[in-house]
Amino acid sequence: MSEIHAETAYVRTEMLPEQAPPITAAGPVKWMRENLFSSPLNAILTVLSIIVIYYVLQGILPWMVNGIWNADSLSECREIRDARGGSSEHGHGVACWAVLGDRWHQLTFGFYPSDLYWRPILALALFLAALAPVLFDTVPRKMFILTAAAPFICAWLLWGGTIWGPLMIAVGFVIGWAIFKFGAPAIGALSATIAAILIPILYWLFIAGPIAGALSGAIPIGIEAVPSDDFGGFLLAFVIGASGIILSMPLGIVLALGRQSDLFIINKFSVIFIEVIRGVPLIVWLFTASLLLNYFLPPGTNFDLMLRVIIMVTLFSSAYIAEVIRGGLAALPRGQYEGADSLGLNYWQSMQLIILPQALKISIPGIVSSFIGLFKDTVLVVFVGLSDPIGFSNLIRATTDWNGIYWELFIFIGLCFFICCYGMSRYSQYLERKLRTDHR
Amino acid sequence: MKKSVLLGTLAVAGVASGAAFADGHGDTTLGQIQERGSLNCGVTTGLTGFAAPNAEGEWEGFDVGVCRAVAAAVLGDPTAVEFVPTTGQTRFTALASGEVDMLARNTTWTFSRDVDLAFEFTGVNYYDGQGFMVPRELGVSSALELDGATVCIQTGTTTELNLADFFSSNNMSYEPVPIETNAEAQQQYLAGACDVYTTDASGLAATRATFEDPSAHVVLPEIVSKEPLGPLVRHGDHEWGDIVRWTLNALITAEELGVTSANVGEIGGTTENPEIRRLLGTEGELGAMLGLEADWAANAIAAVGNYGELFEGNIGESTPIGLARGLNAQWTDGGLLYSPPFR
Repeated sequence: MSEIHAETAYVRTEMLPEQAPPITAAGPVKWMRENLFSSPLNAILTVLSIIVIYYVLQGILPWMVNGIWNADSLSECREIRDARGGSSEHGHGVACWAVLGDRWHQLTFGFYPSDLYWRPILALALFLAALAPVLFDTVPRKMFILTAAAPFICAWLLWGGTIWGPLMIAVGFVIGWAIFKFGAPAIGALSATIAAILIPILYWLFIAGPIAGALSGAIPIGIEAVPSDDFGGFLLAFVIGASGIILSMPLGIVLALGRQSDLFIINKFSVIFIEVIRGVPLIVWLFTASLLLNYFLPPGTNFDLMLRVIIMVTLFSSAYIAEVIRGGLAALPRGQYEGADSLGLNYWQSMQLIILPQALKISIPGIVSSFIGLFKDTVLVVFVGLSDPIGFSNLIRATTDWNGIYWELFIFIGLCFFICCYGMSRYSQYLERKLRTDHR
Repeated sequence: MKKSVLLGTLAVAGVASGAAFADGHGDTTLGQIQERGSLNCGVTTGLTGFAAPNAEGEWEGFDVGVCRAVAAAVLGDPTAVEFVPTTGQTRFTALASGEVDMLARNTTWTFSRDVDLAFEFTGVNYYDGQGFMVPRELGVSSALELDGATVCIQTGTTTELNLADFFSSNNMSYEPVPIETNAEAQQQYLAGACDVYTTDASGLAATRATFEDPSAHVVLPEIVSKEPLGPLVRHGDHEWGDIVRWTLNALITAEELGVTSANVGEIGGTTENPEIRRLLGTEGELGAMLGLEADWAANAIAAVGNYGELFEGNIGESTPIGLARGLNAQWTDGGLLYSPPFR
């Protein structure tokens, strides 16, 4: 056989070299044929879309790219632009980014003293470091010590003043923990829990203040105090947003469990709280915080407006979180609860070990979207006179230098919010992928 | 969980310390301010020429000047002021609840605010009135020629009501274009969504100054409402009201008598005019009657200048806003500023 083959010239003896696939069946051309020009209708739509995109970009891009960065006022911007002959190119002129160079520190820190900018920055770094062990399980577990201490250090860094105030407040938590830990065998779990809540509150109300005062008188350790009025811009948005997010999560879990509880008073209290808070718009709660509370509190009481707003935002957000988590609890099969009971776990153990880990996992997208909403809602505080980024854009526009400037400020503010919210959204997707245990 | 309770605790501590502070305060507003060492002054959340922070974060403006003058008179230090930005909704509560000691916030003195809301207006620092702005190319020279025009108008303000009154009393019709904020109004007006923009004349001037080509727009001569703007305090502490009233009067009188921030240092000693000597505390006991130092008015004038200097420096014709004195000239120059005598 092989001899015949060798003698017949038309039979190949070696393989042809591989050829590149036809240009229409690979690479960008294939992708475009499949995705953009798969049918005449699609081709028309593609061309139309490209025209629209081009039209929008040719309006916006030169405006942004040719923007002016060095000027002291809007009129100076306009002079520079006219000197370049930029106004005749098209109707929109060019951006005046100089406002950001002139006022970026106010949009970021508000009225915070400029020589103390390192304090909020350090607090942010500390906050992120403290958040790391919560967000990523590859971080060493010892970092949780930092997480526990971070709220006190951050508050001290931001507001300043004597170190004894935050320290004495922290001592309250240690007292509560000690009572819970060592009191339970002696007086029973329920009484220990109640005592662990009540005694620290009494301590904070009546003992912590005088002790802190006496200690700071005796051993004055402290840094320059910064009043809440000086907070503004993104610093304010971050402080309100971060405290709201951190505080509303545990409160939301407690409310969700309360709503599922069989205990009549706890159940009804949770239901009423959630429905009342959710049934009223956030802006109304903010006005309540800023206007009504002033009338209710004793005259002469100057209860920090920022603190009032943080409390209201936290309560508002916790009601939403509670409903999201309740959805997660309801989605768990009945067998999970019964399985926990059959193992002989008590209520808190079964919640902690079996129910909540699964319920929270289901609720992650809802929780994160609540948090994103909460963070963006912080701009509503502009209506009660706090100078958040939007409030500061009004203040900046009120100066004769920058009156009449709009888009540049709003684009900057929007971009900053987008970066934060997109980051949160990506983290929640990462968490969902990591925690996924089913086989899809 | 620990983080969670921290701020709750801070809140509790805040209430507790707030309550503790309340006991320590003096009874009078003046006593509280002196104990605190600073004046809490309510201002707008930004209004061109009247109140806005500069790049260093220091507040500047015509209303801000009044706050600084009062702080200088009371504490001897024009920088000892905590400026509290207030919105149209929060301003009166902030004053009534004691969050601020006084408001210098472009607030129109009206009957119901004075009587029903229980405030005390301590004078007028700017006589404003509602005006109209139109593009020059319309060729309109009087508001009476505006029959059938589309008008950009901020909703929920007294300007809306004044506009309706003016057009109906002159048998004219108009088409309102409702807008929410001044910023929106500027954009709408420039985009040609309305022929006419109406708001307070000072606001029109400030808005016009920011246009690319201010000369292409005219502010019509008609003023259709009275808007006397002034600082106010709450009822119940007349001594404090007197201090704010007479600080403002001192600035006005200083202009009338030719006392300026430049000469206030020596003129009290050199002049023979007894009213200047009484005003500046080199003669008489006027300061002691208010419970202040003898040089209270001299401090206020040295800090911000007299009324004319304050006006020229913030909203006058040398600034981009370029307001003429008009009604806000001294009575000797045909304006409405008329301070009672210092005697």
